[in-house]
Amino acid sequence: MSEHLPILLVVVPLAAAAITAVLRSGRIAWLVTLVTSWAVLGISVSLLVQVLRDGSIRYVLGGWPPPWGIEYSIDSLSAFVLVLLGGIAAIITPFALRSIERELERGLVHFHYSALLLCLAGLLGMTCTGDVFNLFVFLEISSISAYTLIAMGPDRRALHAAFRYLIMGSVGATFIVIGIGMLYMMTGSLNMADLAELIPPERNRTISVALAFLTVGIGLKLALFPLHLWLPDAYTFAPSAVTAFLAATATKVAVYVLARFLFTVFGMGFTFEVMALDRILIPLCLLGILAGSMRAIHQKNVKRMLAYSSVAQIGYVVLGLSLVSLTGLTAGILHLFNHALMKGSLFLAMGCIMYQVGSVRLDDMRGLGRSMPWTMAAFVIGGLSLIGVPLTVGFISKWYLVLGAVEQGRWIVAGVVLLGSLLAVIYIWRVVEVAYFEEASGDEPVREAPISLLIPTWALVLANLYFGIDATLTSGIASGAARLLMGGG
Amino acid sequence: MRILGLYNYWIFVFLMMVGFYILISRRNLVQEILGLTIFQTAVFIFYISMGSIVGAEPPTLAPGVEGIVYANPLPHVLILTAIVVGVSTMAVALALVVRIKEAYGTIEGDEIADLDTASEA
Repeated sequence: MSEHLPILLVVVPLAAAAITAVLRSGRIAWLVTLVTSWAVLGISVSLLVQVLRDGSIRYVLGGWPPPWGIEYSIDSLSAFVLVLLGGIAAIITPFALRSIERELERGLVHFHYSALLLCLAGLLGMTCTGDVFNLFVFLEISSISAYTLIAMGPDRRALHAAFRYLIMGSVGATFIVIGIGMLYMMTGSLNMADLAELIPPERNRTISVALAFLTVGIGLKLALFPLHLWLPDAYTFAPSAVTAFLAATATKVAVYVLARFLFTVFGMGFTFEVMALDRILIPLCLLGILAGSMRAIHQKNVKRMLAYSSVAQIGYVVLGLSLVSLTGLTAGILHLFNHALMKGSLFLAMGCIMYQVGSVRLDDMRGLGRSMPWTMAAFVIGGLSLIGVPLTVGFISKWYLVLGAVEQGRWIVAGVVLLGSLLAVIYIWRVVEVAYFEEASGDEPVREAPISLLIPTWALVLANLYFGIDATLTSGIASGAARLLMGGG
Repeated sequence: MRILGLYNYWIFVFLMMVGFYILISRRNLVQEILGLTIFQTAVFIFYISMGSIVGAEPPTLAPGVEGIVYANPLPHVLILTAIVVGVSTMAVALALVVRIKEAYGTIEGDEIADLDTASEA
């Protein structure tokens, strides 16, 4: 049984998605989702332990040996992302019980869980696989179910947001297919490890164009500035639990895919020395950090503010990757994990507010510091993490990022990273000021969110604090993964 | 003559650009989906044409059949998968358009944006 864990990781959520689609009851669908997500967490943790102990796992599907068959290849970076996915799913599913019941129509609840499980299966498959076309298939599975999840939002603007995300996401996926096609044309292989060997190290026009198409395509999925235009609307109008799930997982797996392609398939030498991709990525990331943070400051809708903040934070992650040093890569991989914790806890806090208040506009949040103390405290800690205050995970990632920039003498980069933190202070302070220093609107008294919503929120908040105080586990895994990416590629 | 001989790539690029242009210039939602479909079909043509060899036969394994030049079947398999993905995406997109029409009464992107700003203000 244990040697089939990699494929079970994908098959179990897929089967559960089929089961929940035919169930009528939202509660039983939730139960199936809960059991599945905890099973996924268990499997991914045991895979991580196995990878850290024994090295990468290779699982061959159907007995067809690579490069003809599809293989699943799990190394420390994949295992890290898998644990993140399992953990987020396991924490958000208990939250979703009451939150989704309130926000969605009754007949749609079990479809929501079905789509959530499909999205999870797609994301897990993307992370495990060692075949580039298989990656595209799982990417589309997770994307199409994400479009559906977003469209289930209570506001009618969710429909148009999902449509725009669909159009842009499909363009991105098609670009990825073009890139894969060009790689296949030049090498005859679809297996990542095989491609790494077969791609010629000198400059070749088809391979260069393939790199360009793949980077832009993955950048669209990743919401890399300026390809981020779908993200604010999609995150704002999706149901609260869905926003938290997608914000913490979808873009992170896209970053993983980018790292896989740039470092493992194409190799560091080709990507950063021959093609000088870092010269394009670094300015785009810096612009994303500044533009995202500045747009966040003006927003009246707090979810939209957090969405723009996500664009900035993705800039940090890809910035870490494009520094192409051990510290830089460690920073990028670490921030991938940490940002998922941060944004997950912030969006779950917004979900609590949506549940009790019925709105996520800043004007409607007056005085919540007194009427919803636990929720606002969770928001404040998440916000402090976003800023990068010591004792939170945000500080650890910012520390490594600035260290990586200073090591290379990139003072502008370090300056922009710190400037982004200052801008984050501004937009977090706006919310804190309204919640704690203004009087409540006074119509009806708002009560604290129910305990089933608070426990998952605080689970993520405490994870924020724990990994901020004792970062040895996460930074150890991240630097091991970074070493693997740089050494192997 | 070599450039003219690569006519399959020219068709691919032309269709891709036509589809992409329709996608970004049209505001009507169904026309956007049409542009996306043309764009994706161009990619299918790219894959299939790269697998074909002039004078090739289908790959058959039979006694007495040796040393034939066969056309690569793998791109066809990949494209079947991609077609299915494209059809699913189009189905979801059209379902969304139906819901948008019910909710807004229009499928023009400009009018939807106007209705949104009007309701927000």
